[in-house]
Amino acid sequence: MATTSAPITGNEYISHHLVNLQAGSGFWTFHLDTLIVSGLIGCTVFGLMYFVGRRATAGVPGKLQAFIEIVVGMVDRQVKDTFHGKSELVTPLAITVFIWIFCMNAIDLVPVDFIPGLLALFGVHYFKAVPTTDPNATFAMSLSVFTLIIVFNLRFKGLGGFLHEVFTAPFHSHNLLLQLVLAPVNFVLRMIEEVAKPVSLALRLFGNMFAGEVLFILVVLLAGAWSGPTLGSAASFLGHVVLSLGWAIFHILIVTLQAFVFMMLTIVYLTLASESH
Amino acid sequence: MNINATLLGQVIWFALFIWFVMKVVWPYFQRIISERQKTIADGLAAAERGRVELESATRRAEETLRQSRERAAEIIAQAEKRMAQIIEEARSQAKEEGNREKAAAQAEIDQQVSRAKEALREQVAALAVAGAEKILRREVDAKAHAGLLAQLKRDFR
Repeated sequence: MATTSAPITGNEYISHHLVNLQAGSGFWTFHLDTLIVSGLIGCTVFGLMYFVGRRATAGVPGKLQAFIEIVVGMVDRQVKDTFHGKSELVTPLAITVFIWIFCMNAIDLVPVDFIPGLLALFGVHYFKAVPTTDPNATFAMSLSVFTLIIVFNLRFKGLGGFLHEVFTAPFHSHNLLLQLVLAPVNFVLRMIEEVAKPVSLALRLFGNMFAGEVLFILVVLLAGAWSGPTLGSAASFLGHVVLSLGWAIFHILIVTLQAFVFMMLTIVYLTLASESH
Repeated sequence: MNINATLLGQVIWFALFIWFVMKVVWPYFQRIISERQKTIADGLAAAERGRVELESATRRAEETLRQSRERAAEIIAQAEKRMAQIIEEARSQAKEEGNREKAAAQAEIDQQVSRAKEALREQVAALAVAGAEKILRREVDAKAHAGLLAQLKRDFR
């Protein structure tokens, strides 16, 4: 906790907040905070949905049931509007992606020192509470989606169809010679296109949430500039309150939007994978 | 940006949650949402059916009302006709009755008049005979002229 330890510089404060709680070394390092928080959030939210779903009625729904139905129904509608293939996986996947990411992002709205500060009392000195500010979390999801894209391609087009598409789209010709010339070009373009999908998915979410988190930390530094009951300190503290509030309100939009974008792109990528060009 | 084994852990979480949502959570909501959609569709259909039924019932009621109004008018017209008829009948009956009474009275009167005339004639005849007797007492022999007198009496009739 910043206030109990010796005075620290803003730089130290920021880098302190950007260190994960780790275990292991080298590649086998585990970010315990990311793993625990994301797992806890998932278990809580999906467990809650399970309990609500088990008691849900088709009649007049309760408030919580109605809320979950609105969210789930919204995702389901997006999937039905976009994805026309036959798959039992896409809707649950989209629901998981949207709700999980939304809830993980929403942790960002908890003031930056609350969770680490609380845990510091129990001797945990590094804690990055927002899982989506850890690229491991976002890449885990985007690479899973990437795997599913390949699986869908193979399932809906077959290996032959998929390879044919890889080598003949987007440039195609009826001339055999031209086809041979265009094949490597198509292949390279396709590779770039496919690799860009998980990278852009992961980096977009990570970048937005990380930047948001950093901005929250920077704003909190204003309050850290407290140096006694002077006018400057008061103004600085007031500025911190106003800016924190403003950024948090704006961040509600980003939190929702990033979850929605990730979900929507997942659906679109899987649609592209399941439909021939 | 340090990618490490956390990614594997996150993949496991992700797969676990997808599986859980797909196998456990989503089926509940899928069932409920489709059930409610069906309920709503049924309700809307029932409402539509009710509306159509109401329309036809209204039409039927109007038809019935119109018929009964016509029938009532008919009945009233008939009753009026019948009333006029009855009045007419009663009037003619009364007239007839009156005429009969009048005729009877007339006959009575005629009878009495003729009876009075008869009586009067008798009396006049008697008076004339008496007068004639008185005049002729002296010269007429009642016995001798009895036939004549009787003749005279008859003539007065």
